Amino acid sequence: MFESAQLSGFPEYVKIVEVGPRDGLQNEKVIVPTDIKIEFINQLSQTGLSVIEVTSFVSSRWIPQMADHTEVMKGIHQYPGIRYPVLTPNLQGFHRAVAAGATEVSVFGAASESFSKKNINCSIEESMKKFEEVVKSARHMNIPARGYVSCALGCPYEGNITLQKVTEVSKRLYGMGCYEISLGDTIGVGTPGSMKKMLESVMKEIPPRALAVHCHDTYGQALANILTALQMGINVVDSAVSGLGGCPYAKGASGNVATEDLIYMLNGLGVNTGVNLYKVMEAGDFICKAVNKTTNSKVAQASFNA
Amino acid sequence: MGNVPCAVKQCLSYQQLLREHLWIGDSVAGALEPAQESAQLSGFPEYVKIVEVGPRDGLQNEKVIVPTDIKIEFINQLSQTGLSVIEVTSFVSSRWIPQMADHTEVMKGIHQYPGIRYPVLTPNLQGFHRAVAAGATEVSVFGAASESFSKKNINCSIEESMKKFEEVVKSARHMNIPARGYVSCALGCPYEGNITLQKVTEVSKRLYGMGCYEISLGDTIGVGTPGSMKKMLESVMKEIPPRALAVHCHDTYGQALANILTALQMGINVVDSAVSGLGGCPYAKGASGNVATEDLIYMLNGLGVNTGVNLYKVMEAGDFICKAVNKTTNSKVAQASFNA
Repeated sequence: MFESAQLSGFPEYVKIVEVGPRDGLQNEKVIVPTDIKIEFINQLSQTGLSVIEVTSFVSSRWIPQMADHTEVMKGIHQYPGIRYPVLTPNLQGFHRAVAAGATEVSVFGAASESFSKKNINCSIEESMKKFEEVVKSARHMNIPARGYVSCALGCPYEGNITLQKVTEVSKRLYGMGCYEISLGDTIGVGTPGSMKKMLESVMKEIPPRALAVHCHDTYGQALANILTALQMGINVVDSAVSGLGGCPYAKGASGNVATEDLIYMLNGLGVNTGVNLYKVMEAGDFICKAVNKTTNSKVAQASFNA
Repeated sequence: MGNVPCAVKQCLSYQQLLREHLWIGDSVAGALEPAQESAQLSGFPEYVKIVEVGPRDGLQNEKVIVPTDIKIEFINQLSQTGLSVIEVTSFVSSRWIPQMADHTEVMKGIHQYPGIRYPVLTPNLQGFHRAVAAGATEVSVFGAASESFSKKNINCSIEESMKKFEEVVKSARHMNIPARGYVSCALGCPYEGNITLQKVTEVSKRLYGMGCYEISLGDTIGVGTPGSMKKMLESVMKEIPPRALAVHCHDTYGQALANILTALQMGINVVDSAVSGLGGCPYAKGASGNVATEDLIYMLNGLGVNTGVNLYKVMEAGDFICKAVNKTTNSKVAQASFNA
């Protein structure tokens, strides 16, 4: 599986941001017990992953799955050298997160007004003001903040989103102090074509080293889109073990790209990730049993049955 | 994240977005106008020919034996989608491939639309003559870059198989019947593991040299990645021009579209796929097989590449055959669209 010489035109190293425990579980129907979440994250910490998104400090009224955010944050083993970011939509969530031991936070914006209103109940402008408070406080405490931009390649409510809007929102988050902007294909409608155009636009304002891609595999395009992003100089990719988390906008459809399948591709490209694929598959197997579903990772499907 | 799937389903903008991305056109022939991509993305071919292998490679690997009339209806539906090449069946002994036992009836039963090609697999001269007698006007021969795979799959060594294929291709050329050559295990073998670039190139060159107009390079067990695809194509393209090459990617490890994208960037413009991603992998129980035609078209549409194929009609044919083999589709586009 491992290519001796790294293929030209690709980064030497790609940082994988594992969002399974947050973005993945958030979109699973079965409420996972707190101790299972903690065990899951602890297993992920053994795989070589350097960034694992733990939970979301949102109101449990909105996201029941994340109601145990404080217990999970306090319960996990924080290994040295691994970062454990958490989502903090506002200042209240931020303070709770810090009190629970968080040392990195994320704010979740959108390039679509409708999505922003439906998802976090406020306009883009209002959300940016809240995020500015969070990021400002975070910076005061030397806590890194990551910015997400949803609907970067399309919106379930508005359809197409202009490149200008995606760039504007990304620039705003970067300008307020987010160290990295994760551009999300929230409904997985993107293709290498739209990915390339979007990145070209955003990269006029933000350097590639500060960008990441967060691709959903709803239409099977994720790896092709990620490949395109890598060819354009992006070297941070979000993914979720087992491709956890369906798509709330298309019943029965898949959601996050599977970390296993991503690693398989990167290994084949000779790109270093530091992550042990087999250990990731074991963690995936563990969490799939816990949520009582079969894995969305094709590598896992092929490997466990070969 | 809010839970408003119902509201979204009714949302006109989402429907519009899907239509733009799915390129649901009204044209009967399937010729679509690029709705959103005004300029085709540079570095990619303008047009890609899709070779639909669902009825053969797909069904061949499905457990449920599909009745002859269903196969015929399936192929007739595919003929309405804009696809220009549809692989119909395989003239092998029913002892080996029970699913293809009705090859003659299927070949005779389908409606052969003008402008569409209906190749069939013909492993030897006997199969070739039967195929021609049944109305075939294009044939394929199926070689392998791995000795072990050749022996296990078609019961003879690579050299022996090449001699059989030479007979077939020679006869085909005498009758002005085009012959396509397949090379299995181009990126790896279930028995031998890695296959040398030299071997893949050698076998491809042999098939091309005997008169096959096109060589389809198959990632039989789906282990390839953009890295190995690029290296393999670089090697083969030293001997065979890109216009005579095709890629046949299996999606067993989820790498197919990324591999196909790589091949396109290297100048390949013929891609094999199967509606609904039919056909599991006989070497990894429960794993997927062929790349889904729907997902391929979705990507090509997004790249502004012309295919002539109507995605929505392909999804309908996919829905039909999935019900017939009693399984859910392997196409993510179909999964997302029918449930949106």
